Amino acid sequence: MSSAALTPPAAAIPAVARFRRPSVLTIYRWELRKLVAQKRTYLGLGLIVLIPLVFVIVENIHQRAHRGGESVFAQEITQSGLATPVLMLTFLVLFMLPLVAALVAGDIVANEDGNGTLKTILTRSVDRGQVFAAKALAAMTYAAAAVFVSAAVATIGGVASWGFHSLTSLSGTVVSAPEALLLVFASNAVYLIPLLAVASVGLLLSATTRNSAAAVVGTIGLVILLYIVSGIPGLEGIRPYLLTQQFEAWQGLLRTPTDWSPIVHSAWLCALYAVPSLFAAYLVLLRRDVAGG
Amino acid sequence: MSEQAQPVCARGLVKRYSEVLAVDHIDLNVRAGDVYGFLGPNGAGKTTTLRMALGLIMPTEGSVELFGRDPIREGARALQGVAGFVEAPRFYPYLTARKNLELLAALDGDGARGRIEEVLDVVELSPRAKHRVGGYSHGMRQRLGIAAALLRRPRLLILDEPATGLDPAGMRDMRELIRRLAGEGITVLLSSHQLPEVQELCDRVAIVDRGRVVYEGALADLRRQGGAGYRLRTTDDARALAIAREQAGIERASGGEHGLTFDAQEQHVAALSLALARSGIGVLALTPELATLEDLFFRLTEGGLGAAGAGAGAGLGEELAGRPDGRPRTPAGALEIG
Repeated sequence: MSSAALTPPAAAIPAVARFRRPSVLTIYRWELRKLVAQKRTYLGLGLIVLIPLVFVIVENIHQRAHRGGESVFAQEITQSGLATPVLMLTFLVLFMLPLVAALVAGDIVANEDGNGTLKTILTRSVDRGQVFAAKALAAMTYAAAAVFVSAAVATIGGVASWGFHSLTSLSGTVVSAPEALLLVFASNAVYLIPLLAVASVGLLLSATTRNSAAAVVGTIGLVILLYIVSGIPGLEGIRPYLLTQQFEAWQGLLRTPTDWSPIVHSAWLCALYAVPSLFAAYLVLLRRDVAGG
Repeated sequence: MSEQAQPVCARGLVKRYSEVLAVDHIDLNVRAGDVYGFLGPNGAGKTTTLRMALGLIMPTEGSVELFGRDPIREGARALQGVAGFVEAPRFYPYLTARKNLELLAALDGDGARGRIEEVLDVVELSPRAKHRVGGYSHGMRQRLGIAAALLRRPRLLILDEPATGLDPAGMRDMRELIRRLAGEGITVLLSSHQLPEVQELCDRVAIVDRGRVVYEGALADLRRQGGAGYRLRTTDDARALAIAREQAGIERASGGEHGLTFDAQEQHVAALSLALARSGIGVLALTPELATLEDLFFRLTEGGLGAAGAGAGAGLGEELAGRPDGRPRTPAGALEIG
């Protein structure tokens, strides 16, 4: 190894140098770059791209004349390409999108802890709070990307197969194609609210368990548990307060007139899940020993 | 960052993991310009101490300051001018070496990005900079760890076993690099199992055992303290041995095939040489035998004479034996207890 002059002469080093911490935005950008560089990232995104594509292909091959007993969007699937993203959202909200969000949120702290890279970055000029904020933002960006990539693929596939036509709302009224397109993406945005709460729980488990698999499985386990609880007779009273119930709040946008009450309810209820989870995760990361790797 | 503040000043550091006391009231004083060796057997508490110094783990008791700042209370601000790694340096295996350094430079700010090529050259990784770190050998990762530390233009470099896993040439290169960095004015805190490496590089050392500092101070003092032994060859070794045994201040005199050995302070050696001359015995060779760091290390950490045996440096074994708890006494300027 050779050695150039790696340090300025002692006289050139100011005794009290101005300390400039990199911004959270800088750390966040690098968190995104790390996500982009990992295969795991594409596993989740691949799944939620593949499902709408397979659906469109299968529907094109086996076009059915009668769809009695199915949802209004299923019945309308060949009438308007815009029914496809709505139908996909109905399916994906249950497990697939929570799973994809949990894959990254549950892994983003625990993986670095296990590999020892958390101590690498914590011995640079960044504070733990900044690292946590950047990681939380990156996990939520990934969840948002998953939702909107899925919606975009389903919309493109549906429109390419069945055209850009008006859509019948859940109230039975006809919505013009441009307005329906707007509603499709707004619905996905509303669905994102509970999904971000799921990601927050994933982050908490990631910070506390220090084990990616445990955090991902734990997050999905919580979702399943809430589904089970919501199905238990006699517990109807708590059902509106379960996170999984908020996965359907987006349907309020597809009624005429728009039903804002489930959306508003979902927003504050999800905040009750997300904010304490994030705060607890932050405190855990702030105070814990980082000795992994 | 205070100009006068010590690079590392630890006071009463304790780390307890439920029933296990990993670090037991450790004091460290690393002064500006030191190449400071931090020695101890496995599990002695070295890495735990370094983790606390870098703010990665919280002390149960006590405090540590880097240039007068506490990394636990002040976070990244306290690490200004400080770089290094604890245990093996870790990187993102799916990123190239250059990308890893770009990431770390972004987290450092202060123009670190502009030094990437320079530090890659220093550790001779430029030709492999576009390769993913996942395919790197252990030695290459160690070198990349040094490069990552140098990005910060440190005034204090904390290195935990930097030569571990390196081949002999890599170890030699690492020693050379550390020597050069120290020559540029960087204070180095070097935790190592490589005793020859520490003996060659370090001017001051702390030796820890079972979470406690059993010696802190100048390496030269330790060696003097541990080994006031001499080897003597004369024209008549048998008579010389008899005279030595009679002489005040000459201890553990014994004869052998290659002359005799004894322990003594310098003034007593002078008296012995005069006594030999008066008896008509010519001195062919009189050589002081300082204990090696390895001898001293084992005596300090194993609580007895250990590998050193009798002869050179046996005095330290008595120092250790001089206390009921086996810890060294603390004569002025000699052994200290953490």
